[in-house]
Amino acid sequence: MTSASTAPLLEVKNLCKYFPIQKGFFKKTIGNVRAVDDVSFFVEEGETLGLVGESGCGKTTTSRCVVRALAPSSGQMLFRTGEGQVVDLATLDRDALRPLRPEMQMIFQDPYSSLNPRMNLFEIVGEPMLVNGLGNRKQRTDQVAELLQLVGLRPEYMQRFPHAFSGGQRQRIGIARALSVRPRLVVADEPVSALDVSVQAQILNLLLDLQQRLSLTYIFVAHNLGVVKHICDRVAVMYVGKLVEMANTGDLFHQPRHPYTAALMAAVPVADPRVESGNVELKGEVPSPANPPSGCYFHPRCAYAADVCRSELPAFREITPSHFVACHRSEEITLPGISLT
Amino acid sequence: MVGVNSGKIGAPLLSVRDLKTYFLMDEGVVKAVDGVSFDVHAGQTFGIVGESGCGKSVTVKSVLRIVEVPGKIVHGRILLRRPRRDGASGEEELDLATLDARSEEIRSIRGGQIALIPQEPMTSFSPVHTIGNQIVEAIMLHQSIDKQAARSLAHDMLRDVGVPMPERRLDEYSWQLSGGLRQRAIIAMALCCHPRLLIADEPTTAVDVTTQAQVLRLLRELQRERNSAIIFITHDLGVIAQMARFVMVMYLGLVMEQGPVDDIFHAPKHPYTQALLRSIPSVSSEPRVSLPTISGSIPHPFNKPAGCPFHPRCIKRMPGRCDAATPALQAVGEKQRVSCFLYHDVEVSG
Repeated sequence: MTSASTAPLLEVKNLCKYFPIQKGFFKKTIGNVRAVDDVSFFVEEGETLGLVGESGCGKTTTSRCVVRALAPSSGQMLFRTGEGQVVDLATLDRDALRPLRPEMQMIFQDPYSSLNPRMNLFEIVGEPMLVNGLGNRKQRTDQVAELLQLVGLRPEYMQRFPHAFSGGQRQRIGIARALSVRPRLVVADEPVSALDVSVQAQILNLLLDLQQRLSLTYIFVAHNLGVVKHICDRVAVMYVGKLVEMANTGDLFHQPRHPYTAALMAAVPVADPRVESGNVELKGEVPSPANPPSGCYFHPRCAYAADVCRSELPAFREITPSHFVACHRSEEITLPGISLT
Repeated sequence: MVGVNSGKIGAPLLSVRDLKTYFLMDEGVVKAVDGVSFDVHAGQTFGIVGESGCGKSVTVKSVLRIVEVPGKIVHGRILLRRPRRDGASGEEELDLATLDARSEEIRSIRGGQIALIPQEPMTSFSPVHTIGNQIVEAIMLHQSIDKQAARSLAHDMLRDVGVPMPERRLDEYSWQLSGGLRQRAIIAMALCCHPRLLIADEPTTAVDVTTQAQVLRLLRELQRERNSAIIFITHDLGVIAQMARFVMVMYLGLVMEQGPVDDIFHAPKHPYTQALLRSIPSVSSEPRVSLPTISGSIPHPFNKPAGCPFHPRCIKRMPGRCDAATPALQAVGEKQRVSCFLYHDVEVSG
């Protein structure tokens, strides 16, 4: 283990997560669902990395591996702890992970099913502290009151139960719970997609505000590109368990280098009837990660596919400084982006 | 293919007048839809936008007469234009609000004249019957043809909506299909009896953007081919901007604003519409700056605020006015209508 204060907060190298497909009486493994397949990325302290892609592309599995809710099949996840040590989260066992758990917390998608209806706010928000043995009851009460205020709820609500709150307020409770143990890395898995439009903006503003005040680092999983562009410094695009592109948000939206990224952006309908959008369609379906196509996984749906795409898997390479892409033909093709105004 | 007569020009296919659907419960009355009027024309898409609890789903459920039990249409007319049934040429108007919700008449309209594309493609199909059987059942309920003919019709329908290998899909179950295919199968089922009005209740909320683009394009194409009318319900302002010609913005059972799509997006009059449009992060907006928000959250329908339901969250509210009375829908401009006291003054002084 090395100590390096300049290392990224989290560096994921060649992360794989396979789920075995078993068959028959003896549960013989006949194949693997490659949910996450050789994914490498890094997150600098204080920044927000967006993870986007269609459903089933492995973005949730990746984020669950990062917080070690799942054990990865192979690969490294180098995390710089609060003490400045760099540890590999992928290989640590339960006991070794426990002291690190407070440093990484998760915010969930559905504020209705992620809060226990039989626990009041004090119990919900205070539970991570209780589990991690931080503070006595008095200290926890003070801390919960402070947290509720931080996320814009009144401390008097502490004795109430989740059913008394609206979707947006519940998501605030989930955020307070995640922040209760003073994490450094927060993984937010689609935190606003279950919320009403008028409430989404409130939660996004809260997340941005908290990031500044508490110098948090976010991994932001989402499928709404508008939200991603608004909140992320850098964006990583996933397709069938693999990263296809990673770049600074501005570069990615201005000039995508992977046809899949461009197709995703073209599919988003813009809230302006004068701008024709959302009608460029991607043919076909996302292939199954249990049986991906040969070569580049995207080639059956790609308008630019050449022979090499059908036979060879493209490497994830740095095409211009800090712009990574996995496409054979990035240099030859120009893809439409969205201009930043 | 059955031809669609678009009636005489200007006559709406469906016109809803002052519809009120209340849920009469022990705890009190929830006014889910409280005085909604709109017209839907053949070949046009009419969009209803609103957040959860605004009554957009109850509005279309009222049209189909499938409001769940404590709910009741207490007032209003739902006039549907349809070909005359006595064999004579021309069309007749039928008030759906007066029909018995279980009558033969409304059953022939549901799925026949008006079809629904529901929100959840996963739960809308029965998991224990094949896709083919379910579509055949729908066809045979409305058309007097034998099973073989119905099956070949179902096959053609699946092919028309772009389901690959339709003959194989007919014998598959809904859980064997991907989200996009399932949504296409639902659309095939809705279209199999050539409805003149298609109600799409958040048809793309549960699918990915790329699948959404496919579904939206399919609906546009089908509409062009068949000249059918579509009522499109969504909370996604982007989708509504791209799909609808006329838009109605609802909040807590009331119409806040309605008008042509261009006016709603480029000259919104109601503070709610304005705030809603400002608060969405779009792919072309400034990143990492605080978004203008609408304060507070949508009240529970039991504690609906007095006066204009939006006034507690409105930045332009006028104390003593907005909390005292509910503003009526008022024409501003040629086709746009808004229910806000800000414009009542304009009317008086102008």
